[in-house]
Amino acid sequence: MSLLRIDSVCKSFGSLKAVNNVSMTVEPGELRAVIGPNGAGKTTFFNLISGFLTPTSGRIEFDGADITALLPSHRVWRGIARTFQITEVFPELSVRENLQIPVEGAFGHRLRPWLSRDDDRKVRARVGELLEMSGLTARDDRLVGELAHGEQRTVEIMMAIALNPRLLLLDEPTAGMGDQETYDITRLIRMLHREQKLAIVLIEHDMRVVFHLADRIMVMAQGTMLAEGTPREIAANEEVQAAYLGKEAA
Amino acid sequence: MPKLTAKLAFDIVVWALLATMPYWLDQLGGYTQLGSQILVMALAATALNFLLGYTGMLSFGHAAYFGLGAYGLGMTIKYLAGGTLSGMLVGVVVGTLAAALIGMLIVHLRGIYFAMVTIAFGQVFYFIAFRWDNVTGGDNGLAGFHRLPVSLGFATLDIVKNQITFYYFVLAFFAISVAVMAWLLRSPFGRTLLAIRENERRARFLGIPVDRHIWLSWLISCFFVSLAGALYGLLNNFADPHALRWDQSGVFIIMAVLGGMRSFWGPLVGAAIYVVLQDYLSSLTQNWMSFIGLFFILIVLFFPRGMLGIIRRRVAS
Repeated sequence: MSLLRIDSVCKSFGSLKAVNNVSMTVEPGELRAVIGPNGAGKTTFFNLISGFLTPTSGRIEFDGADITALLPSHRVWRGIARTFQITEVFPELSVRENLQIPVEGAFGHRLRPWLSRDDDRKVRARVGELLEMSGLTARDDRLVGELAHGEQRTVEIMMAIALNPRLLLLDEPTAGMGDQETYDITRLIRMLHREQKLAIVLIEHDMRVVFHLADRIMVMAQGTMLAEGTPREIAANEEVQAAYLGKEAA
Repeated sequence: MPKLTAKLAFDIVVWALLATMPYWLDQLGGYTQLGSQILVMALAATALNFLLGYTGMLSFGHAAYFGLGAYGLGMTIKYLAGGTLSGMLVGVVVGTLAAALIGMLIVHLRGIYFAMVTIAFGQVFYFIAFRWDNVTGGDNGLAGFHRLPVSLGFATLDIVKNQITFYYFVLAFFAISVAVMAWLLRSPFGRTLLAIRENERRARFLGIPVDRHIWLSWLISCFFVSLAGALYGLLNNFADPHALRWDQSGVFIIMAVLGGMRSFWGPLVGAAIYVVLQDYLSSLTQNWMSFIGLFFILIVLFFPRGMLGIIRRRVAS
């Protein structure tokens, strides 16, 4: 059974059809890239999946259940986590606290006024594990707002991972990054995909990253789906070349 | 580690000063009742700051629940022949219930809209107290009740005549309330409030039901504000309709901001400065409020993190 099944969703803002009749299915463990020129409706499409917006029409199923109208927090509890195009972290809290909050959420401790020693130990262990993965163990008490852009990005991705999601949505994870940072984030994403067997959908502008990571690629243009296929198929697709890749090559 | 030690040292100093206040305040030209007033206002400001500084929601209507605490207490003692503790209980329950209901209607609002609606609801209670002469005493306030000795079973606290005993009575409630708030802020629940303050969108997409947590924070905050209100009624043996009005809410905000709303002890420091300045300046001039206003403006302009923000920066550098 597909993990995520999106059935002809539309989203209109007034007379603008930002997303027009787009369908997509994502299998467990798949890494799917969504590409397209600016204004193609990629982020709106993402917002429909994560619950930031609800579609004007169409249907979204996650793990066999209809989630079309669910609140974002309920989607998180079912296993969908996301990051944002502009990094969204808790800037005046430490790296450790930034990770601790979603870890406690994932353990169901959100409303707890205290933790037993045992629960506290489990939370600490999990936070330590995430710090280890992110390579930020040595700087766990630094405020996230003081970290470099790439490190803030890493923290944001690890916050999503802390929720133990089954589907991770990454909105332009390498936006605004230098080569080294892009390389580090790409490696982190591939590690999460390979080792954690996580299904990932990512929007990305950097074609090196897309062709390096993706199992399948969906191309959007002007709110509709232009093409869908393996990286090899997409690279060979003339329509895509004309609409999108061609412009880059030229 | 030195950061923790400094924090602990500061806590010890604060508690030591509070515990000994009646014994040195007189020498400095104060009086014990002034100390009790500082504690009551500090409790209200700390409770407001639970919502303002740690959840990021600006309420301009906390005076309503403060006033409900005072009126609930006063009416219970006056009309129902209640005691000090039963009066306090009624005051706190009434204030908290009102906050629970109103909170449900307003927690989806943010920023200026939230502030405006809290003022509006606050003013409703003010006008009821102001208009309902024969029950609330109207503009003259609710007089004709007096705090009564508290029987603990093994001993009786004479809080009526003995100002020092009353000070420690207030301090006990202050200490418990402040400890509970501090402990809540360090819990997983408290961290979700910080998350909401820092970045609501991120919090929402980490699965935190933001509105529900804001409602809880609001409720906790109003609970302690109504407790402060009940203590205020005991302090003055009087409930004043102006204690319900929006400018009183503004005073709580001034206290929190003056002391530093990102510091847990900030509102206490702010309340102490405000109460002492008010006491001193109002004996010199009718226009004492303009001096406090000027002081407030200077602090906000030059030290946006309040008095404790200045100290913290010194320590850090």
